[in-house]
This record gives sequence, structure tokens and C-alpha cells, in this order.
Amino acid sequence: MKLDNIYKEEKKSAVAKLSEIIITMASRPSGLIGLSILIFHIILAFISPYIAPHDFKAIDPTLMLQAPSAEYWFGTDDLGRDVFTRTILGGRTALTITFFGSLIALLWGGLLGIFCGLVGGKIDDVVMRIVDAFLSIPWILAMLLIVSLLGTSTEVLIPALGFFYGKGIVRVARAATHDVIAKDFIVSAKARGHSNFSIIWNEIIPNVRDAILVEGAMRWSWMLLGFSSLSFLGFGVSPPTPDWGLMISNARGLMSFAYWAVIAPIVGLSSLIIGINLTADAFAKALGIDRSTKAPV
Amino acid sequence: MLFLIIKRILLGFITLFIVSIITFVGTEVLPGDACTTYLERQAFGEQLEACYRRLGLNIPAYERYVSWALNAIQGDFGYSLSGEMPIKEVLGPRIKNSLVLASAAIFIGIPIALILGIITALWRDKLPDVAISTVTIFAMTIPEFISATLLILIIAIWLEWLPGIVIVPTDVSFLELLPNIILPVVAIAMIMTAHMARMVRSSVIQVMASEYVQMAILKGVPYWKMVFKHVLPNALLPAINVVALTIAWLLGGVVVTEVVFNYPGLGRLVIESISNRDLPTVQALAIILASIYVSINLLADLLTLMLNPRLKTLQIRK
Repeated sequence: MKLDNIYKEEKKSAVAKLSEIIITMASRPSGLIGLSILIFHIILAFISPYIAPHDFKAIDPTLMLQAPSAEYWFGTDDLGRDVFTRTILGGRTALTITFFGSLIALLWGGLLGIFCGLVGGKIDDVVMRIVDAFLSIPWILAMLLIVSLLGTSTEVLIPALGFFYGKGIVRVARAATHDVIAKDFIVSAKARGHSNFSIIWNEIIPNVRDAILVEGAMRWSWMLLGFSSLSFLGFGVSPPTPDWGLMISNARGLMSFAYWAVIAPIVGLSSLIIGINLTADAFAKALGIDRSTKAPV
Repeated sequence: MLFLIIKRILLGFITLFIVSIITFVGTEVLPGDACTTYLERQAFGEQLEACYRRLGLNIPAYERYVSWALNAIQGDFGYSLSGEMPIKEVLGPRIKNSLVLASAAIFIGIPIALILGIITALWRDKLPDVAISTVTIFAMTIPEFISATLLILIIAIWLEWLPGIVIVPTDVSFLELLPNIILPVVAIAMIMTAHMARMVRSSVIQVMASEYVQMAILKGVPYWKMVFKHVLPNALLPAINVVALTIAWLLGGVVVTEVVFNYPGLGRLVIESISNRDLPTVQALAIILASIYVSINLLADLLTLMLNPRLKTLQIRK
């Protein structure tokens, strides 16, 4: 009866717990900056189609490479398109694709890692060898190959990014599971005769969830970096969709006399990545997880 | 000890074996084969037949894998479709150029990273730490192509100090290459230094909080003597592995940096061969880059083992 009460109390406080975490995150200056940048970008992604002053794909040869003015705040690009409009719209695709990509990475990487950590033995050995092999192929080579053979549609990009950024989570989830698995409550759950599924769901996941979530948040910023690199190389979003990586690579050749067309997307992309990074860092600290000695793999 | 080293090396080879299978199966499973992908619309009749014969695509896949793998071990990766010559000859100068770039970045990056990491750790949360840490966070989170583009814009276009892109043939001599590689080296070293400095920082902070350092302070060991004798040797050891992983991770980033600066290295070859849909070269590159990754990690593992007497005895006891 008493145990039941404790359990209920924890369930009720899920929202309270979340707001507590957010308050802890915002109490550090870096966390506050990160959170505000991220929230700004998310709001911008939702409202930008309604506040954009011009049409993002309207080409006008008479307006080519105009310097910033009252009409065109950030100037125009080589096709006479408004850079301000394209910049505020430029994060939407990247944010959406990488958000769902990280969710997929989190799910498959986390579950496989927990499974391997729990089962151990031969299966674990084989899976970890394969994960190691995938880790040693540069992500960019694999991604480029997939994209060049299957195309750059969203249905290809999201699962491909999710797959390639999930393999690192396998390791983290497995290590976190190893830490938990020797604890008494797992042994007693086994002794009570619970199934593997029940042990994973009720005993392991609540204990490794924090570590996996932090890892997923970090992957989000790396995935954004990877995705914009793909766009920059011409293997990501296809024109005329406004995208920061693509805008930078287009405007780069002309930046000796039209630097505004390259500065605006640079500021947009850098601030978003830094925002996610600082937020993930503050998130880790609020949950009491030390990531400072981890390599970016 | 010897057993351990042999085991590590063997594991490395197993990983590479799996990589070779993954790349082979990957190019097999994805739509189109090397010839149809390369020839695209001209993939029919005589031309396709000739291409199949040249690459030996008309024999079963597993036989092809065995002969490819056996040749690859001997350094023969087959024939480049776009370069119209053996892949071995395409790779040679590219590997040399990338090696120049990477080693220059490492030699500049490691000392700076050590100094910055130690400064930020010893003056933790004071002004030097806050200032340097802010810069390192910026340097490591901003994508490679952005920092490289900004470098070109500021140093090459606005200040006109150095050439912005590399316009030299692939097989240029080292001295001719030198003035061209300064900006790419700075771009790569910046990110690498930032990563390493942060790891050195946290490693030093951890050791500073340990009991034997507290003991040394209580004994009255002079501050700098304590730092150099007790803290650094112990703090830098665990950093080796992380540094290796960082270098290996940068293999992906170097691709982008080389494209931005038009630098004729392995990274640009990755993009070129994928744009040209030259699958045999892509396969060769995958296995080579994976071998670099595996050997850097192996080297770091062995180095830590050899430098850390505690680990040695621990492993023997096990």
C-alpha cells in the first residue's frame, strides 16, 4: 500500500519535474542563453512563413546583389531574392529533419543498446563489432553515398541520418545499462520471475533514460551540423528551398562583393547550433550527467 | 601484456573486415551497380558489356568480394572509372597531401590545446577560463564550412594576406604547396584545438580534485612543482584516447574543409568520386579512411597501455 503511494506520487510530478529541470537549466548563464536561442529559433520556424516580407523564390534580375536597404534588410542574392526572407525561412527544413532524425536515432540506438547490455554474451559481442565497424566509416562518406544513390528526399534523409547518428547512442545506452544491471532491484526483479521485456520497461529504462536523453540532445546538434554540411556540399535540401547550408554554398563564390548574402545564413546556422549545444550541455548538468570527458563520436 | 596487444590488433582487423563487408554489401544492395551508376543513360549494349568485363561484374558477388579483398590487402584497389587509371595511382598524391594537412594541424594544435587546457583548468571559472572557454565552444560547435568560409572572407578577401583557395595540381611538390595550406591548416587546427583543450581542461580539473594532489598541497609542495610533477602526468594520460577519437572524428570534417579550400586531398576525392558515381573508388576510400580510424585508435590504446604502469599490472592480473 505504501509502495503504491510512492509510485503514484512520482507519476504525478512528471510535469513538475520537467519544469524543475528547465529552471535548473536556466539558472546558469550559458543554459539561459542556450535555451533562449533555441526557443527563439523554434518560434521563428513556426511563424516565419507568416511574417516573411517577400516571396522566397521570387527571382528578379533587376535586383541582383543589392546591398542591405530599408526594403531588403539583408540585401538580395545573385538571383535577386530577398536574403532576409530566405534567412528566416532557412532553418525550418533543417530543424524538422534533424529533430525527427534524432528521435529515430534515440529510439533504435537506445533500445538496441539496452538490449545488448542486458543480454550480453555472443549477441552483444557481434552487435558491438558491427557498431564499431560502422563508427569507423566516416559518416560523411556513408551519407553521401546513400543520398547520391537514393536521392535527397525527406523520406531518405530522416531515416539515413537517424541510422548513422544512432550507432553512437548504442554504446552509451549499453554502458548505462551495464551500470544499472548489477544493482539489487534488477536481481530481485529477475528473482520475482519478471520477463526480460518487463525488466527493460519497468526497471532499466527509468534508470538509463537520463543518460540516453542527454546523448540524444547532443546528437541533435551534431546531426544539424552534419545535415547542413550535406546541404553545403549540394547533397541535402534541393533548391529553391531556402536552407542555410545551401545559401552559404551559393553565396560563397560572390562574397568578395556581396558578403551580406553569406553572413546572414552563417549567423542563423551558427546561432542555432550553439543554442542546441548549450541547451544540451545545461540539460546534462541539470540531470547530473558529466559529459566533459566524452569524445565527439 | 603481449597477449593484450595482440588481442587489440586482432580486434582492429576484425573491425576492418566487417567494414569491407559493409561497404561491399552496401554498394551491392543500393540501386544500380558500379557500371549502370557510372554510365547512367549510356548504360546499355556494348558499352555496358565492356564495363562489366573490365570490372569483372559478371562473376558472382561473393567471388568478386574475395578477389577484391585479397587484392586490397596488397594495396591494389582496382580500376578508377572516372580517373581512367588504377585507383592506387589516384590515391597516392591525395594521401600525401592530406597527410601534410593533417600533420601540420596536429603539430600546431596539440601544444596550443595543452597550454589552453591547462590554463583554463588552473584558473577555473576565473576570467582566463571564461574567455578561453567561450572561444573554444564557438570554435568547436560552428560547422567546418562556416569557419572556413569566414576565414576566407576575412583573411583572404578583406585583408588580402593569403590566397583564399588552393589552385595547384594534385601532384605538386611540398614547397609549392606550403603557402597554400596555411588557411586550411588553421581552419582544421582551430576545431581540433578547441576539442582537445576542453578535454585537457576537464581531465586536469579531475586530477586536481584527487586525494594525492590534496596530499601534496598539505605537504607543502610548491604549486608549480605540484602541477608539473603530480597533476599533468596523470591528467594527460586519459586525454590520449580522447584526442585520438577527436582526430579520427575530424576525418569527416576534413572532407568539407578540403572542398571549401579546393585542396587536392583525400576529402575532395571523396566528393569527386561520389559526384562522378565512381563506386570502386568510393569503396577503396571507405576502407582506407576506416583503416586510418582503426589504427589511430589502436595506437592510442597501445600508447596509454605503455605509459600507464598501473594499467599494465591490472591487465596482467586479470
